[in-house]
This record gives sequence, structure tokens and C-alpha cells, in this order.
Amino acid sequence: MSTQILMPALSPTMTEGKLARWLKKVGDDVRAGDVIAEIETDKATMEVEAVDEGRLARILVEEGAEGVAVNTPIAVLGADGEDVATAPAAPKAAAPAAEAMPAAAPRQEAAAAPEPERDWGPTKPTTVREALRDAMAAELRADPNVFLMGEEVAQYQGAYKISQGLLDEFGPRRVIDTPITEHAFTGMAVGAAMNGLRPIVEFMTFNFAMQAMDQIINSAAKTLYMSGGQMGCPIVFRGPNGAASRVAAQHSQCYASWYAHCPGLKVLAPWSSADAKGLLRAAIRDPNPVIFLENEMLYGQTFELPTDADFILPIGKAKIERAGTDVTLVAFSIMVGVAMKAAEALAEVGISAEVINLRSLRPLDIDTVVASVKKTSRIVTVEEGWSFAGIGAEVNMQVIEQCFDWLDAPPARVHGLDVPLPYAANLEKLALPQPDWVVDAVKKLV
Amino acid sequence: MAKAGEARKRGKAQTGLSKDELLRGYRDMQLIRRFEERAGQLYGMGLIGGFCHLYIGQEAVVVGMQMALKDGDEVITSYRDHGHMLATGMAPRGVMAELTGRATGYSHGKGGSMHMFSKEKHFFGGHGIVGAQVSLGTGLGFSNWYRGNDNVSVTYFGDGASNQGQVFESFNLAALMKLPVIYVIENNKYGMGTGVERASASHDLSQNGAAWGIPGMQVDGMDVEAVKAAADVAVAHCRAGGGPYLLEMKTYRYRGHSMSDPAKYRTREEVQKMRTERDCIEHAHTRLTELGVDEAELKRIDDEVKAIVQEAAEFAQSSPEPEPAELWTDVLVEG
Repeated sequence: MSTQILMPALSPTMTEGKLARWLKKVGDDVRAGDVIAEIETDKATMEVEAVDEGRLARILVEEGAEGVAVNTPIAVLGADGEDVATAPAAPKAAAPAAEAMPAAAPRQEAAAAPEPERDWGPTKPTTVREALRDAMAAELRADPNVFLMGEEVAQYQGAYKISQGLLDEFGPRRVIDTPITEHAFTGMAVGAAMNGLRPIVEFMTFNFAMQAMDQIINSAAKTLYMSGGQMGCPIVFRGPNGAASRVAAQHSQCYASWYAHCPGLKVLAPWSSADAKGLLRAAIRDPNPVIFLENEMLYGQTFELPTDADFILPIGKAKIERAGTDVTLVAFSIMVGVAMKAAEALAEVGISAEVINLRSLRPLDIDTVVASVKKTSRIVTVEEGWSFAGIGAEVNMQVIEQCFDWLDAPPARVHGLDVPLPYAANLEKLALPQPDWVVDAVKKLV
Repeated sequence: MAKAGEARKRGKAQTGLSKDELLRGYRDMQLIRRFEERAGQLYGMGLIGGFCHLYIGQEAVVVGMQMALKDGDEVITSYRDHGHMLATGMAPRGVMAELTGRATGYSHGKGGSMHMFSKEKHFFGGHGIVGAQVSLGTGLGFSNWYRGNDNVSVTYFGDGASNQGQVFESFNLAALMKLPVIYVIENNKYGMGTGVERASASHDLSQNGAAWGIPGMQVDGMDVEAVKAAADVAVAHCRAGGGPYLLEMKTYRYRGHSMSDPAKYRTREEVQKMRTERDCIEHAHTRLTELGVDEAELKRIDDEVKAIVQEAAEFAQSSPEPEPAELWTDVLVEG
């Protein structure tokens, strides 16, 4: 049987090339792997190796020919004694059928109205720190595949004392001190998750997770998709995010929009102790990679926390922390507190603000926000991070897309100033959103 | 480094493969070679797109390593991964269909040449970021340590990746925690177009873990028997709880770094010399003849392999492309 040799594509972008030189002539025997010709592509001169064996029966494109389209037959290989004139026509490369692209992702079920929070019964005052620790302890008890690793999480009891007591209860195989080696221990945890374990990785702060960004995005977030659903990555990356106090720019950045940008991740940002405990438990149980953005300034704050041992919160549900009718304030993490203070100040001047605690940034509970804006007709987002391509920008854009006609004023953003965070006490305060910034922004709208 | 010296001796002391083992190795190497040649052809026809890194020349490494493993051992590598997938027993048709971007491919057409996986065969990819798989493979070893089983993680990377920071970070973690990881450096002499001597101040990559006490061995990666013997040493060390082991495979790729690499950084003579004098398949062929296997039997294997590859190529061309709805699946695990 004779075989046609086709003009090969020799780079991802090549559509045609020059047949620079034949290295075999008619009548030559060709073995698989023999270099038969040289072809100039858009990038370089490349050698073409034979895949099939036989005798070079005919050369169809002479050397020196330019603009030879990929897949043009350039020669015919024949078996001995075969009439090469009957050589089959070149097989056509399968052209993908033109097909309509689905316009957008299937929308998640939109709740007609925000469901009321489940009542979990009695509560007691608890710090965010204790709530986080209790969430991890509960999940470590419940699932032997769950473990905690990070810098100073075990013997030191946590750089911020979040893992206090966990080493004693669970031992060094499940509460693991790592060296200061974010890139590799993150990759190691992702590999363990791909193999079915459920790591909780504590970053001493999310600033240091920059060292491990490749493993978080390229390995953890994308592998499920790239493996056609075979390799999941059930993992939680947690630690303090955003500004602390007087630690300057390298230790004071909010990464919310960085992570929320990426499909394949879930991104949570708790404010209260209930958020911290309920969402962290949900994050550990979730089969996906979850970024859990805590805030150092909140660790010592006390909130009422349900005492029910089964207390847990759903991922993807915002919470209306304060009902109001004149303006919607949308915040997450420590900025929920700022928005709450602003709402109190606004109430004193007769403006009723509704405060929404997003809790989950991806997936984003835009339905709760939209329902609120349809009621108040005004929105101000409040975030500690920079405004450019930030969470506020995204929330406000989605509001514009979904309820533009309900708005009585342009959406507004309160955010950290567009500078690396300075060290000096006065400058730091000037750069971070304060309750009166929110009050001022609202007053411009009403 | 007493351990390394001891290991080196034991590795040398190993006798060669039995006839049946070598026949199996010959067959597996031929399968990879013929598969890769066909992949190169389909790339030339425009049926495979993007980046495509062929394994031709290096077959003895993965085939010899695999012969020393048991079910449950994990394998992970970089983007030059077709050979590893075939060696772990993944179906040639599923791999080829992924190369052509079809629904029947291992990743439903969403991964391509560099990103394929098989949970069933404990093959963890197929990773496109140079060196990233080294930390991930350390994590596979960690999961064995955590579970207290005796599985080992075989973590492959190239001489190019061996200079990445996370490789050394991983060595430290694995040595510190005594994780069962066999690090296999496939030193094919070139990281893309940069010769290893221009990229690494280390002249013996097998000793790159020496600072952490990781025993290492240089191995003739063009000889499947030498690879198997070295793998046996490393596997025994890891299974016995000795911690990580480093094997530097001295190997060679005949083709360019990827399909679009004209390989001007080396001479045609250099490539030709390796092909004619050091080829792993020719070497096995000669050994088998010495062991009394006749040409007809080898020809029968060649024909069997050819048919498998032909079938895979036809399957890969006739399978449908993924449905548009496939765009939105597997972004997250639902529920």
C-alpha cells in the first residue's frame, strides 16, 4: 500500500511553509525516523522525519517551493512493485464543525428571596480566634483525612495562636510544623489533596502565599478541569489577610480580588465568630480548594456564637447584618464592622442603611445584594483593598447589569487608597477606610 | 554519604532482566516509540495542536522504572508525559484522543498533551509548569507517609527543572520527614535549548540532594536493565522507610524540545551518534537476540505494537470533539 507524505505543521501557528530541501530522492528506501526533507516554517528551518516505511515513489512538491499549505501531499511512499498512481488522496484533517458557543455559564439557582438564616439556638460570647480553632478541632475529630500544616502551627501553637491545643489533641502526624518553605509545602499539600487527603494549610499571612501562588492557581484550582474531573483538590488555604497594624506594605495587602478572579477556587472572608466557625467547617468539608481569608485584627474580637455542636454555615450565602431601607452597604471581613459603625452614624441623621456581609466572594451571593438594592435603590461597597479591579468593582458591575433601572444614584465604592500601605501611624490611618468615609459616600447619594 | 555508596554497589551487583522481563520492556519501549512517532505525524497533519513534547529516545527510563513498581505506587511528571502514561498502563487510544482534543480523551479534551491523569493507574499528571510536579510528587509521598502504607511516589523531572527553587525545598521536606519519594531526574542534556552544563553548576545531578543526605545514583538511562536495577535499589530504600532517593538518568531525546524546536543548539552528528550507538530499543533488541529470542518473535511484537498505535490513531481521529456544554463541567466538584 502506498502512503502520502503530507506537508507537516511544525509549530502551533504554522499554516504554510517553504519546502527548502529534499534529503531523499525518488527510489530511496525510507525508514521510520529518517530525515527526508527540510522545511522552513514561520519560526525556523525544521527537519521532517518519516513516520512510515517504504520506497520514495514520487516527489509531488519540488524543493524551493514556497507557501506550501499544511497537509498538502508532498511525496508518495510506495511499497515494492506497487503502482503509485493509485496512491490514495490525502486524508483531510478533521475540521471542527462550527458550533454555537454557549453564551454564558449556567447560572446558579437564583433564590427568589434570601432565605432567612437558620436559628441555631443558644449562643455564647466567643472570640474569632477560638471559633477558628474549634472549627478545625471539630473537623479533625470527624475526619481522619483532615490535617493541619504550616509554619509554627504545632509546637508554637500558631503564630497567632489559632491552633492552640491542637498538637496536644491530635499529635504530630496531623498537626505539622513546616519549615519556612511556602512554595514546596503548598505544592506538597496540593499533591496530598490530589491523592485524597484533606489538608488545611495555614499561611502565617496571605502575603507569604505569594511564594506559593503557582501551586494554588495552576495546580490546586485548575487540575480538576484539566483532568476531566478525575483529580479533585479538597484543600483549605487559610490565614490572616489584609492590613494588620503598623507592619507596612509587604505585610498588609488584601488578596481578595486576586483569588476571587480565578475559576476553580472558592473564596471566603468571614467577619464574626459565627462566620469563622461555620464557614471554616464548611470549607474543610468542601471537595474543592477554598481560600479562607481571615483578618488579624478580628482574631481577638468577641461575637455571639451558637453553642450547637453541629453549627455550620453554607458557602455562597451572604448575610444581612442590619436591615435598612435607604442604602445598601456591601462589605466583607473587617469592613463589615466599619459598615456597621457607619450604619449607626447614618441612623442618627435619619438614613436607614442595610448592611450586607458577603461572607463568600466566590461564589458571590449577588442575589442577596440585588434584592437589597431593589429595595434601597442605592449601593456603596466597602473594602479594605485597592479599588482597581477590586471586589467592589465586581459587585457594582453586577448590580448595574441586574438592576440598573432600580438605581437612583451611581454605585459608589469605599476602599483602601491606591498606595502601598505606609508604616507611619497617621499615614496608615489615612490609607484605610474609616466609618466616616462610608458616611460621606452615602451622603453624596441620598 | 555511606548510603549512596552502598546503594551504588548494590545497584551494580544486580543481574540483568530475565528474557521475559526484557521482552516486556522491549514491547513497552516500542509502544512508546511508535506512539510518539504517530503523535508527531498527527501533529504535522494539524490534528494535534499547541505544545507537544515527544519522549522518543528516553523510553528506557520510564519503562525500567515502572518494572520496579507495584500497584498503588504513584507516578507524576512534567509535560513530556506520553511515555509515562503508556508505561503506567493507560490506554493508548485515550491518550491519543486527548492529544487530538476529543471527548474520549483522558481529560475529555480539556487537558491536551501536557495535562492528563488517571486515578485508576495512579498517574497524577502531566504538569505544564516546570518543576511544579516535584512538590506535588512530594505530596504524594507525604500521603503515603500519612496513611502509613508502603507505597512510593515516583516523581520525574528534567535537568532543566532541577534548578527550580521548589525542587530543593521539596528535597528538604522529603528528607526532613523521611517521605517515600523517588526523585527521577531525566537528564536528557538540554533544558529546551540550554545545555545542562550552561544551566547547572552541579556536574553530578544525582548528588543534588546530598546537602540533605538524600542518597543518589547516576544511571545509564539508555539501558532498560540498568534503569530497572537502580529502580530496585531506590524502591527498596523508600519502602523500608529510608526516606527519599534520587536517581539521575543519563538519557537523550532525539526530537526537539517541542514540535516547533529546530534544535540548532546541537549537531545532527550528535543526535545521529546517540541514535545509532546508544538507542535503548536497539540495545534491548541485541540483548534479546543474545538471549536466544528469534527475529520472528520480535517482529510479532513490533506488529502488535503497530496495530495498537494504528487503532489509537484512528480512534483519536474518529472520536467526536467535546460537546460545547463540556466547557462548564469540572470547574468545581458540585455538592
